[in-house]
Amino acid sequence: METWRRNPLVFWIFLVPPTIWLAAFFLVPLGLIWVFSFGEKRGLVDIEITWSLANYVRALEPLYLQIIAKSLWMAGLTTAICLVVAFPVVFAISFAPPRWKPILLLLVILPFWTNLLIRTYALIAVLRTRGYINFTLEWFWDGGNQILTAVGLGDLQLLGASFQPLQLLYNNTAVVFGLVYVHLPFMVLPLYASMERLDKSMIEASLDLGASQARTFFSVVAPLAKPGIVSGLIITFIPAMGSFLTPNLLGGTDSQMIANVIERQFKSANDWPFGAALSFLLMYATFGALAMRSLLARGSPGTEHGA
Amino acid sequence: MNEASPIIRIDNVTKRFGQSVVAVSEVGLEIREGEFFALLGPSGCGKTTLLRMLAGFEIPTEGEIYIDGQPMTGVQPNRRPVNMVFQSYAVFPHMTVFDNVAYGMKVTGVAGPEMRERVEEALELVQLAGFGDRKPDQLSGGQRQRVALARALVKRPKVLLLDEPLSALDAKLREAMQMELVRLQHTVGITFVVVTHDQSEALSMADRIAVMDRGAVKQVAPPADLYEFPNSRFVADFIGRMNLFEGKVVNANPDRLTLAVDGIGTIEVPGPPGTAMDSVGVAVRPEKTRISGLHPGNGQIAIEGVVEAIAYQGNESHIVLDLGDGARIAATLQNSSRTTTPVAAIGDRLWASWAAADTLILSD
Repeated sequence: METWRRNPLVFWIFLVPPTIWLAAFFLVPLGLIWVFSFGEKRGLVDIEITWSLANYVRALEPLYLQIIAKSLWMAGLTTAICLVVAFPVVFAISFAPPRWKPILLLLVILPFWTNLLIRTYALIAVLRTRGYINFTLEWFWDGGNQILTAVGLGDLQLLGASFQPLQLLYNNTAVVFGLVYVHLPFMVLPLYASMERLDKSMIEASLDLGASQARTFFSVVAPLAKPGIVSGLIITFIPAMGSFLTPNLLGGTDSQMIANVIERQFKSANDWPFGAALSFLLMYATFGALAMRSLLARGSPGTEHGA
Repeated sequence: MNEASPIIRIDNVTKRFGQSVVAVSEVGLEIREGEFFALLGPSGCGKTTLLRMLAGFEIPTEGEIYIDGQPMTGVQPNRRPVNMVFQSYAVFPHMTVFDNVAYGMKVTGVAGPEMRERVEEALELVQLAGFGDRKPDQLSGGQRQRVALARALVKRPKVLLLDEPLSALDAKLREAMQMELVRLQHTVGITFVVVTHDQSEALSMADRIAVMDRGAVKQVAPPADLYEFPNSRFVADFIGRMNLFEGKVVNANPDRLTLAVDGIGTIEVPGPPGTAMDSVGVAVRPEKTRISGLHPGNGQIAIEGVVEAIAYQGNESHIVLDLGDGARIAATLQNSSRTTTPVAAIGDRLWASWAAADTLILSD
């Protein structure tokens, strides 16, 4: 470190390439899109920058506001379900014997090693009409019918004339299910980090003082894990809000989320200025969420030790 | 001392972790009501595991624990009439001092003026009156510990469990806190069970001490008995300083033992009647060992050696004599007047001696 400070050349050699990379391939394109959002479509590929706010005004039309509201609702629901599902998982890992912890954590992040597209198609194979869940249900239905026949009630058709598979795909439930499946690790990891930092004798002290397990969770564990909970909520909510593959593949015609609309503007509708305006609205919402995070994190214990 | 039925009875308790690790092995103990009891031993001796079994955080593999006559198997920590002061204090950082102390009552439905009164009373007891609004990160380590004490005592437990209560404090504060804990225990009259690895802490605070080693209780006795009459080489060596030699009983008379001691030779000591074991430990405390230039005369066990080391410690000096064959004996001299200081120099030939009655014979 010392020699680096004494020799600024080394410092610059290491600093300049990533800076150029960030500027050339992230900041400049982002700026371009931002400028496009104030433009107007002229013909197939021509965009004229008129500095009009028309695209933003259009983005606030009820049709799009509805989709934004729906996206907020679906992403929020996903985040809430992730939190409820992640806590028991985190408890299990955090209280597991030390040699099991790395393996259990690996299992949590293992799906990341597989492409999202493949995972989503795999989910379709589970949920579709002729998928594993319906196969399993049909197997139970057959079994139930055989038992009924065996006891002489087969003719009454108590379980219906034929097996009706559940429509598990191409609706909002499927989208939320898929979003929870994809985003669960984002919730588990920050929660786990703050649970590991939590002095376990805090939990024991609460029990020792006569509190029930539930009371201990809500009065001691949750407040002390708050930095992790807030981080988890934010980094689950943001990508969930912006996801387009999952609603595209698992959702029905009414399951469009805001990212699907944006994608359509850039591709089939070929309206880059409007797509850019929608993108930036989404980004502003994200910044708002991040600002809320820092507000929430302020004044909570543990943050000063780097949450 | 109250001779009523014990408040805690540990009945042949064994705790195994996994298949092979035996943390606590067949421990039987009775702790009396109102007693200040210490579990003392080196780290890994099972004392903390035993304490955690009393609190209910560990379940005995075998045996039973009775608290106030009730068997504790299946009783959850939050239903036991005991409270614990944790080694890390475990003061809730997101609550004020008041809320920390009030927590144990809020969760069991004590509320209103009674709750407030009891919190104030407990804070006063630990000399933290007026600190109720502070957050734990505004307190010193010693004050945090007082919060932990108040939080446990406010529940009026039958037994207060303390896990290494002084280990996180600096030396000066530790001494003050020892006195404080004894005062507190006298004031509230609650049974205290304290776990410590520090023998001076146990000696100065406890009414009785159980010395543990490798999961087993080696001796249970009041501090003075433990120090003057240890029953094993382990206890003799663990409590205080000790000159420990190995020897053999060569002749056992009804009231006198003749011993052949490695590095010392043949000595005769008043022995417990009828002792006729083969190998024994022979021990004498350094402060009962005298150093002199001439043979001290009859009635004393005396041995000549060369001064190997002198450690001046202000109030006392430690002198180590080399007896040859690798054997050593240490003596502690009180520097009781300003002019007593150096009685010897390294390399001097001197006599170490002690009264035969101060010799300890250790069979275990």
